Amino acid sequence: MKRRNFLKACLIGGTTIAMGKTNKGWASGSFEGYPESMGVLVDTTRCIGCRSCEAACNKEQKLPEPDTSFDDKSVFEEPRRPTAKAYTVVNQYEKEKPGGPVYRKVQCNHCNEPACLTSCFVNAYTKTKEGAVIYNSKVCVGCRNCMIACPFNVPGYDYESVTNPVIKKCILCYDTRLKVGKPPACVDICPQEALTFGHRADLIKIAHERIRSNPDRYLDHVYGEKEVGGTSWLYLSGTEFDKIGFDPSLSNDPIISNVKDFLGMVPMVLSIWPALFSGIHLLSKHESGGEGHDTESKEEEP
Amino acid sequence: MSSYKHLIVAALSLGAISVFTPLAAQCAAVPDSVTLNQNGTLYKPFDFNHAKHIQQLKECAGCHHHTTGTLVLDPDCARCHQNSSPTAVVSCKGCHSAQPFSPETLAEKHADKQRYHKDKMGLKGAMHQNCIGCHQKEGAGPVGCQECHTRTEAGEAFNSSSRLGAKPAHAKKH
Repeated sequence: MKRRNFLKACLIGGTTIAMGKTNKGWASGSFEGYPESMGVLVDTTRCIGCRSCEAACNKEQKLPEPDTSFDDKSVFEEPRRPTAKAYTVVNQYEKEKPGGPVYRKVQCNHCNEPACLTSCFVNAYTKTKEGAVIYNSKVCVGCRNCMIACPFNVPGYDYESVTNPVIKKCILCYDTRLKVGKPPACVDICPQEALTFGHRADLIKIAHERIRSNPDRYLDHVYGEKEVGGTSWLYLSGTEFDKIGFDPSLSNDPIISNVKDFLGMVPMVLSIWPALFSGIHLLSKHESGGEGHDTESKEEEP
Repeated sequence: MSSYKHLIVAALSLGAISVFTPLAAQCAAVPDSVTLNQNGTLYKPFDFNHAKHIQQLKECAGCHHHTTGTLVLDPDCARCHQNSSPTAVVSCKGCHSAQPFSPETLAEKHADKQRYHKDKMGLKGAMHQNCIGCHQKEGAGPVGCQECHTRTEAGEAFNSSSRLGAKPAHAKKH
């Protein structure tokens, strides 16, 4: 009966491991981000669509030269998304409206609980204490799960290098600026101070204060304060957020909440299922008696 | 020029009643022209026609908020600054920092929990919003970058693609 004992042990052991792992996941609660996290507040009512931020990002991150100059306003005809060659883009909305046009800068929002990081099985992503979500191309295998996971469609994939295809996205100028306390290049160059750099906690207060003192100018919502568990980039707008390219359907729960119950099941599946199905298989074989493989082979042997 | 003279008289009289006498001299020295963007690298310095703006605006507080002898116009500011005396410094850079996001400024702001004007704009933002904002509102005056500023060579290189009509981006890597 050694076999039965072995199966029992497998079941008990597997369940213990599974419960141990999953309890951690279920009890994780909400994470507010690092207390000293920095961030950028984007005031879309101030942006004039000069594209200086795009030019500054291009130079700071040593990205390839653009196909047309940064003065070229024809890029506003179609909404763009960040790519491997442009970590940030400015899009134009509400062109026909009397108050318009409204411009909105798009880049990595540096989530408190990044979906790219969650989805990455080689840990290529790191959320630093300064708030930046950075990326290690050395361990990246190019699976592009992060591109699918990102709720803001941010990471771009550099297809052009044959030997080292990598994910590319805004890193909040982490290496060259943020690490030494300096604001990102886009913030530094913005002529209108549409971008405000500071501690994320302070920026949230500043944003609400701007809404309070100018209720006619702003909607009473700071996009990124709570969305997907909070992001380091925060947005103020005078126009409905869905009209300027934001996804209003995103919940306040971080993306990991959608999958953590499922992820909790993985160890259970890995440990219990083999034992369970082996057990079922063996039982069915046992019950079937003389009609199993053993009988057949016995018949053939002599 | 009558408004200009009026301004000087107003400034002088305010200065005279103020205990801070050197103010009179400072207020009187209203420049006709101010050179802006002196430290810029991407755009050349340019002369802002102060005299013309005084003639057209008439209210100093339209640009210089609680300064230069005119009463505070913004009702939000007036709650506290209704009776504020004119400040000694009237230039934008007197209050608005050229480095609003330097580590020192941010640390100071973060530490001082009681600071009221936490959201004070930097120099560049304040000037651009003042100029462009008013030009947009009045429907007069330049609003585009190069309508005021002339680019330097560095500025041209910074903004333009040097590959105009040349090989495309992907051809360069190999």
